[in-house]
Formats: sequence, C-alpha cells, structure tokens
Amino acid sequence: MNVPAALKRISDTIWELPVSYKEGMLVPARIVASEKLVNEMDAGVFEQVSNVATLPGIQRYAYCMPDGHWGYGFPIGGVAAMDPGSGVISPGGIGFDINCGMRLVLTNLTAEQVQPKLHQLVDRLFARIPTGVGCHGFVKLKQDDFRTVVQQGSRWCLKNGFATQDDLEMTEEGGCFPGADASHVSEKAVERGYNQLGTLGSGNHYCEIQVVRPENIMDRGLADAFGLTTVPNQVVIMFHCGSRGFGHQVATDYLKLFLSVMERKYHIKIVDRELACAPFRSPEGQAYFSAMKCAVNMAFANRQVILHRIREVFSDVFHAAPDELGLRMVYDVAHNTAKLEKHLVDGTRKELLVHRKGSTRAFGPGLPGLPECYRETGQPVIIGGSMETGSYLLAGMSTGGDAWYTTAHGSGRTMSRHEAKRSFRGDKLQREMEQRGIYVRTDSFGGLAEEAGAAYKNIDEVVETTEQAGLSKRVARLVPIGNIKG
Amino acid sequence: MPFEYRSDIAHADVAFDAWAPTLEELFREAARATMQVMVENPEQIRQAQTLALKLEQENEEMLLFDFLNELIFYKDARRLVLLPGEMSITPSDGGLTVRATLSGEEIDPTRHEMGIDVKAVTMLRYKVEQVAQRWQATVVLDV
Repeated sequence: MNVPAALKRISDTIWELPVSYKEGMLVPARIVASEKLVNEMDAGVFEQVSNVATLPGIQRYAYCMPDGHWGYGFPIGGVAAMDPGSGVISPGGIGFDINCGMRLVLTNLTAEQVQPKLHQLVDRLFARIPTGVGCHGFVKLKQDDFRTVVQQGSRWCLKNGFATQDDLEMTEEGGCFPGADASHVSEKAVERGYNQLGTLGSGNHYCEIQVVRPENIMDRGLADAFGLTTVPNQVVIMFHCGSRGFGHQVATDYLKLFLSVMERKYHIKIVDRELACAPFRSPEGQAYFSAMKCAVNMAFANRQVILHRIREVFSDVFHAAPDELGLRMVYDVAHNTAKLEKHLVDGTRKELLVHRKGSTRAFGPGLPGLPECYRETGQPVIIGGSMETGSYLLAGMSTGGDAWYTTAHGSGRTMSRHEAKRSFRGDKLQREMEQRGIYVRTDSFGGLAEEAGAAYKNIDEVVETTEQAGLSKRVARLVPIGNIKG
Repeated sequence: MPFEYRSDIAHADVAFDAWAPTLEELFREAARATMQVMVENPEQIRQAQTLALKLEQENEEMLLFDFLNELIFYKDARRLVLLPGEMSITPSDGGLTVRATLSGEEIDPTRHEMGIDVKAVTMLRYKVEQVAQRWQATVVLDV
C-alpha cells in the first residue's frame, strides 16, 4: 500500500494531502476515490498530485480523479485550475496527446441486427480506419491545407463534406477551439502530422461497437434524452484517439521551450521537469496556448473524419444511408486540454485556466457552453473502460463545482504495460474474447496484451465513485461486441 | 543486457534503463530500446534507406532527448523505422554535437511485429549520467 500517513479522509470519496505534506504546496491536494480505490493508488499519484499543488497560481485544490495513476508531470486523472493573471500554463498538465478524447455515436440498429454482420463490420472498419504505429491517414492534404485544418478543426470538416452541422454542435467547443494560430506551431509539427488526419493511432486508442442492454440502463430519463433507448439492445459506436504526431510534437516543442525560459527568464522553480511551465500571460505561455488549440482542433478534425469513415462503412454493410441508420453523435469529449472557463471561487465568478489531464469536463445542467438539447440534462460524459469490461455514459452534475466540473476519463491502469505483456498473450486473449462475444482486430498482439482488462481498475467502481462524489451520474453501461485496436 | 524495461516508475507509459561504456553506445542502446517498443523484432528492420543526422545541444541529456525525438519524428512523418549506424559525439561551441547515420525502412506490418506508437520522450525521472566509467540513462516514453 502506497498511501501516505498524512492523507486525511474528508468524506467517503474525498481524500486530502494538506499543504504541510510537501514543501512548496500552495493548496491541498485532493484525491477522489473510494477507500478501496485510494488504497490501490500507485505511489506516483500521491507524489505527482502534491507536485501539482506547488504550481504558481493554482486555485483551491490540486485534484486527482478516481481512475488516477502514475503519469508524467501531472498524474493521469489530474486537474488544476490556475488564476490566469498570476498562474502558469504547463504542457505536463495537458499531456503529449493533446485533446485525446472520446466520441460516442448512436445507431438505430439492434444487437440482433448487427450480430450476423459483426465480423464483416469490424473487418471493414479495421481495413478502412488506419491504425497502428506511424499510420498515415486517408485524407490527403498539402502542408498548407493542414495548417487550415488545425486552425478550423471540425469546421474544416464541415466545409469539406466530412461533417454535419449537428456533429459540430455535439462536440466540445463546437469542434473548433477559437484562437488557434498555426504560426505558433513548428514546421516539424506540421511535417510530422499532416499525413495523419483520419488515423486512430495505437496503445489505448480504439474504435468499439457496443450494446446498450436494457438491464444496464441506470437512469431511464437521461438515457432517453441521450438517445440510448431508440430500440432495445441498441448498438452504439465509441472511439478514442487524439491529435497524433502533430499534437505530440507541439507538446515536445513547448516542453523544451519552457524548460529553457522557466528559471532563467521567469524565476520559476519546479519540483519535476515534466511540470515545466510559463506564466500564462507571458509570450511563451500565450504561444503555447495557441499552439495547443491547434492540436485540440487537429484532434477534433481527426475524430470527425473517422466518424465520416464509420458512416461509410455502416452504410456499405447495411445498404442504407447514414441518416436511415440513425448514425448521430451523442457527444465528443476532450481528455487532455487547458481551457479558460468561468467558475465560482469564494462566491464570485472568476475566469480560470483549467488543466485537465486524463480527466473529462463534466458540466452540470444549466452551465453555459452546452448544446441546447443538453441544458437540462447536463453534459454527456463518455468514459471508456478496458476493451474486455465495458464503458459508461454518464451526465455532468450540478454538484461538481468544487472540482471545476470535472470527472474521470477511463478505468485507469493498475498494471504496467511491461507487466501486462509478461502476464497475457495477445493472440490467446483475442480468442478468449471472441468466445465471450467480443470480436477484436488489431495490428499488434503485444499491444493487445497490454490492454487486457486485468491491467485496469474496476470501471464499475470508478464510475460509482464519481457519482457518489457528485461529479457525474451514471446513465448506462455499454457492453463491447466488436473492437478495432491500433 | 544493455537496456532493460522497468515496471516500477510508469504504468501507462514505457520506462527503460540503458547503459554502455561510451556515450555513443548509450545513444545506440536507447535508440534500440525506443524502437523495440514500436517494432518488437527490430532485427527485422532492413537497411534500405540511410539518412544523415546532425544535432547540437548544451549537454548529454538534451542531446539524447533530441536524438530519440528524431527517431519518433521520422516514424510519423515518413513511416520510417530507423536505427543508428555510424555515430560520433564530439564537443562543440554549443556544447555537444552528435553526427549519426540512421538506417532503416518503411514500416512493413508483414515482416515487422508491430508494438505500440511512441508519442514522446518525457522528462519524468529522465537522467543521463556517467557513473564509474559507465554511461547510463533512465527514460520514460509516452505511448
């Protein structure tokens, strides 16, 4: 057990490391977890979330969500809001895979209709959506066009026939983060990424076909509102990917820049070089914020063109137009971002720079920035579990304000990739999953073994904790039947 | 064994230690450890293309950081999996300069056992140092 003696229980789901825990902490660090989950947290979570609490300008608490685990800089599951005037922006609080995120898409097909065509469907998705190491995409662009894509995100997709207006409305920020200026992005980042629009990537990135079974609906009203009850055993599609090499290069470029100016120019001392940062209002901080927005837009556009391809595949296999098959988006959420948002601090509404790394924005009912149709329900929150166990759709709650309306993003790893690979064999796992009714295709059996369900925390416990903590309410559990993995 | 993957400092990422008698060999081992995450049978990488690389940095740590990032860059930009051949690291005005040839080929899933994409070299526990006549590095890769 790695739990520090200084960790205090605040409630059944909130644990706190006080500012006395580590020199330089400006605010306490809070971990959202059940007793079981907190006892199972790896040592990195306590070390890293308390490091985050030392960053200049941090407000209220440094947070870690219940799926938290060892990351770099911030823990995965980390959340920190900075005062934009006195605080910093840190790429280590956003991650290399900027706007890695999840998209959930409805169909009006039942599991019974899909089952006879499942192999064909998964094989066709696997053939048509590029996956795996260094994959190049199906949208061929010149480098200058790619610069337009990263400035416009899903709006570029709409203009070029890869999106509907409704898709944009169902995406955080309308699929285009304003203020993205490609002049803040290196040539290297463009060269690295311009061939990768429409690629899934690898690791924990996937596209999954799932079923909403009636017994797995936890909130009927919200499930109705989110479109999960059109038919019994409704089939939905969930996928997870990010900004690919472009975003990774943006993060690397600015990590290096911040390391070179942080102490010398801004006299900021940090406890971990992965927390390299710059004052948000400095030229370097603003340049990174703008470059990061470009990567956010690349990821929105990437998921959008992948959705276009998914629609084509379903259309081909079921001989019907995407509209007839009800291929509509529920929502698209971002995991790795920093955003300016207005939140209540000591009774006053204040603009804050909210870093979320491996965590999901979960706006409660009535908050500005949600599409009209979700004003009363709260924001749909898509939480992907391991490929063996299942995923969840949840809704943001009005009680989430303390944690800046943020919740978990996945089930969270408990076993290192290296250990998982030693414990499981990808080809055997593939056969066992098929026997259990999950047909999976992959480029990498090694990668598949690393994603085994047993390498992850119990997703049911993670999402239940977020509900008890008042962050996100469970709507339905989604069970996988088909999966493509990079 | 000149490099070893570690389970104790990263869960979702890939960590390794590498060591060698010279700095050039350390770079070679770190390159192999990085490439093997993506292509699990790096001995199958044919030397079909060769590129010349020259990088300058203020110290060994940042030089290895940039060097590994070049391999990751070519994997994305040109789908090339590359390993270093000839290499020299010499003092220069700006600190240290590495000159290397990188050889390899385009990713070929029919011969390469594909692993997972390396996204970046992180600064987590990152270290390059000389201890008792031996160069050693600890690297955590984001995957």
